[in-house]
Amino acid sequence: MHPVVKLVTQRIALGLLLLLAVSALIFFGVAALPGDTAQAMLGQSATPEALANLREKLGLNEPIVWRYLHWLGGFLTGDLGVSLANGQDIAKSVGQRLGNTLFLASCSAVIAVPLAITLGLIAARYNGRWPDKLISGVTLATISLPEFVAGYIVMYFLAVRWHIFLPTSLVFSSMGFLERLQAIALPVIVLVMVVLAHMMRMTRAAILNVMESAYIETAELKGLSPIKVIWRHAFPNAIAPVVNVVMLNLAYLVVGVVVVEVVFAYSGMGQFLVDSVTKRDMPVVLACGMIFAAIYIGLNIVADVVSILTNPRLRHPK
Amino acid sequence: MHNTLDIKGLRIEATSYPPGEKPRDVVLVNNVSVSVQQGRVLGLIGESGAGKSTIGLSAMSYGRGGVRLTGGHILLNGREIREAGPAELRTLRGREVTYVAQSAAAAFNPAIRLMDQVIETSLLHGVMSRTEAEARAVELFGKLGLPDPENFGRRYPHQVSGGQLQRAMTAMALCPKPDLVIFDEPTTALDVTTQIDVLVAIKTAIRDTGVAALYITHDLAVVAQVADDILVLRGGKKVEYGTTDQIINNPQEDYTKALVSVRSIDHDEKAEAPPVLSVAGVTARYRGTNFDVLKNITVDLPAGQTLAVVGESGSGKSTLARVITGLLPAAKGKLTFAGRTLSPALAQRSKDDLREVQMIYQMADTAMNPRQTVGTIIGRPLEFYFDLKGEAKRQRVQELLDEIEMGSGFADRYPAELSGGQKQRVCIARALAAKPKLIICDEVTSALDPLVADGILKLLLSLQAREGVAYLFITHDLATVRAIADKIAVMYRGEVVRYGGKTDVLTPPFDDYTDLLLSSVPEMKLGWLEEVLENRKMESAGN
Amino acid sequence: MRRLPVSALIGLLLTGAFFAVAIFAQWLAPYQIGEIVGGVWDPASSAHLLGTDSIGRDLLTRMIYGAQVTIFVATCATILSFVTGSVLGFLAATAGGWVDQALSRFVDLVMAIPSLILALVVLTAVDVTLPTLIIVMGLLDSTRVFRLSRAVAVDITVMDYVEAARLRGEGQGWVIFSEILPNALTPLIAELGLRFIFAVLFISTLSFLGLGVQPPLADWGGLVKENSAGLIYGKSAALAPAMAIAALAISVNLVADWVLSRTTSLKGGRGA
Repeated sequence: MHPVVKLVTQRIALGLLLLLAVSALIFFGVAALPGDTAQAMLGQSATPEALANLREKLGLNEPIVWRYLHWLGGFLTGDLGVSLANGQDIAKSVGQRLGNTLFLASCSAVIAVPLAITLGLIAARYNGRWPDKLISGVTLATISLPEFVAGYIVMYFLAVRWHIFLPTSLVFSSMGFLERLQAIALPVIVLVMVVLAHMMRMTRAAILNVMESAYIETAELKGLSPIKVIWRHAFPNAIAPVVNVVMLNLAYLVVGVVVVEVVFAYSGMGQFLVDSVTKRDMPVVLACGMIFAAIYIGLNIVADVVSILTNPRLRHPK
Repeated sequence: MHNTLDIKGLRIEATSYPPGEKPRDVVLVNNVSVSVQQGRVLGLIGESGAGKSTIGLSAMSYGRGGVRLTGGHILLNGREIREAGPAELRTLRGREVTYVAQSAAAAFNPAIRLMDQVIETSLLHGVMSRTEAEARAVELFGKLGLPDPENFGRRYPHQVSGGQLQRAMTAMALCPKPDLVIFDEPTTALDVTTQIDVLVAIKTAIRDTGVAALYITHDLAVVAQVADDILVLRGGKKVEYGTTDQIINNPQEDYTKALVSVRSIDHDEKAEAPPVLSVAGVTARYRGTNFDVLKNITVDLPAGQTLAVVGESGSGKSTLARVITGLLPAAKGKLTFAGRTLSPALAQRSKDDLREVQMIYQMADTAMNPRQTVGTIIGRPLEFYFDLKGEAKRQRVQELLDEIEMGSGFADRYPAELSGGQKQRVCIARALAAKPKLIICDEVTSALDPLVADGILKLLLSLQAREGVAYLFITHDLATVRAIADKIAVMYRGEVVRYGGKTDVLTPPFDDYTDLLLSSVPEMKLGWLEEVLENRKMESAGN
Repeated sequence: MRRLPVSALIGLLLTGAFFAVAIFAQWLAPYQIGEIVGGVWDPASSAHLLGTDSIGRDLLTRMIYGAQVTIFVATCATILSFVTGSVLGFLAATAGGWVDQALSRFVDLVMAIPSLILALVVLTAVDVTLPTLIIVMGLLDSTRVFRLSRAVAVDITVMDYVEAARLRGEGQGWVIFSEILPNALTPLIAELGLRFIFAVLFISTLSFLGLGVQPPLADWGGLVKENSAGLIYGKSAALAPAMAIAALAISVNLVADWVLSRTTSLKGGRGA
């Protein structure tokens, strides 16, 4: 087997193992915490009989390992259990919302990724001169803003003061694609703002790092034009670090989405998760948490696989 | 007919940014003039900071990292290029003048095949077609002694060795048929037996193609083999400029004389004495590996004398030091020190065992805690081993500073405020503070400029005469060995291949490896390279 | 005396001012914290410099007390994360072996889950009080401090001067406190600033989501949440605490940047 195939397989297997470990950590961690799901649901005034009944119904009297395996098995087969709050099938509630969230996140990514890379390239090209200083200064300010602050600032000016967009992002299943796009304009702007700064700064650093290599000087001393130096010599070596940066920030986007959905009352996974935490609806929280963790870990695996694939040392072993 | 390169009254400046102070301009090169004709090689020689690389790169009108060419003339093929614009420079870089860097491993793009990089300039400047360029590259690969020239170019940089990369870089520089090639320390990073092959390859290639060349190095013996003329530089100024024959055989300036006579310290082998350290049948391997890095090593070090352990990288010479210090416990064998058995592991050794074996490192920079003053660094062993405190400690520190020929006022300084040679002296003082019977010196002079290194060697010798301390001297540099050793052990792939008194070891008949090693060390005389090639028994392995 | 850059000076002054407000909140606040003194979302006036909030309380007073809660929680969480993270990180680096393996793999595992998600899961199970918030935030964030201090310490332990100390026969105590710690301090101090910012943003976000500081106490994140409904009607009360969060984060960032740049210039030797 080619060593690259082996490495990629290993990396993916490791990622899946990590995911399994994460599921165990979350499940057993929550079980070990002081606090009682039944008590939490019924409140302090519940009678012991009611508590016992509910425990029985929730299966809390079963051995914990068995409960974990049952939960994990269900998760793998698409059965996420039922909500404690309203008894609905969690998989069903999650399905539509996950779609909405992924739609929001991918729209933001489609704008943020090319923009960040372009700005990063410009900043790196004019390192230390005014375009670099301008871009770096503006992004430093946005890095210090939590997502919800950025959200309200954008909402206040763009929706309330200047009436360009609607302040909330309500979506229905009957909405057309363009209508949806319009509805999510504000959250997309906020997510782009938040992710762009990190992504651009890290892209700039990654490219500058490559540009400092001795082989770039060699290329310059060969008489190559700056464009050719960047395109032929810097770019192939910058792919891996830049992809890493992009993936890392997309993972960050997954978390940013939670807060932004709440700000704009957008019906997605984040909103659902926060609501369920407030209602102490543990099965839903576990399911949502696992899905977020899986996406996060998945993106990290993609980043690692890309850097394996673009590494000439691994592609062409001695 | 004009010269290929004419540099007149060159002045080069840069801006330095000392932390916490205002930036200021510093002059790197002042009023330097040189010229090179077609088919000639000019050697630029000097210590670090002499400005030799900076001058070399100025021939391409290139300043590295904010370096500015502020005055004088640079005439390439009769044309002034010092203030040429980027577009004009692009037409001559890679076409009329090319560059061979010190570390080819870093100078090649890891993501592109060697062939594409080697012929890139020829295609870019339209010198020849792809087929012609590839044919020329293959021819050059063959001429430079690279294995399998037809297929060599298909490989990626990481797939070939350091010596081969350095030759590939020479091929890359020669491929577009330039008028001038700049060689910037092309053999410095290589092992000594590899260096000689690359040196021969470069010399042949220069002769056969008839280009003009600038050859930059800190090693006068190396440049004596390839250059027709030599410019000696110091602190960015010209010291002496003449033919190679004149510089080597009849130097005029004191500085040049010192450079020529460097490493000619006279040191006669001492008489046989009882050993302070005996290494008997030592075998060692690193944890998690399955081969022995040291195989059945047996050597003795007489008290108050110096045993030099010589070998190239990977020979196991530094591992031997780790075994003796106890950092890497030996798997087999016995260490006897001052008549008593030394435990293999550091943790089991007595305080006296630790005190009497001290160590000096190659990089004095990392061997001293940057947050401690010289006084603390030297004072700590005094406090730790002898319980000296307060005024007594302070006085002893000053005595030690005097011994290493550093005056008062150094005790309060931090390592960052010292020069390279001073740092190494402080490390010596720290070792001496413990009143050791044995000091292990691990490549202690290889990071230093030749004259500074010479000073350190002289200091070590005089300290040995006074204090009677023994040295285990680990080095890859045979000239250093000649200067300091009483006994020599030659190591090759984890084994001692030759061992004995200095005179015996350095007198023929030799085994094949010792012959190769000894014959590879450049000597400060003309025609040495050709002589060696005729008399060699063994091909170097690491090319 | 090294010259202080203007940005660092501004950062230091602002950070100092924020901490002063937090410490002396009881004396600085013009009104009682729960006192209803005006109408709903009154605009700014001389009596109420920032106007009033969603039920007519003085916004400036709420902000001053909010500063106290935000900075108190963030400081406690930062201290907790630092003590836990750096002690374990140094331990892992100097002990090596299975101790290092066990700690590092566990930290990898925790860091594979986004902190906000993990915090939400944990806060579902436990009662949300100030101590639990501080513990959850501090422990989650200590994973990052662990990684940094372990990495810094590992870099230092392979230096020749640490080997020289070991060869001399020095004990573990001398090695950690005299050789490693002085060299690890500057990067850790810069990190302290960044961890504090992270804690401020984290507690604000949790409170904004309604899962952090619970009423009647209110931190800045909670104030944004309380007043967010007014934004749609053009009442900008929610923006004041939002700006305060950003201002605190930026000023600490400026200080941390300066400390970081000093670290790198130290690493670069004496610049000669």
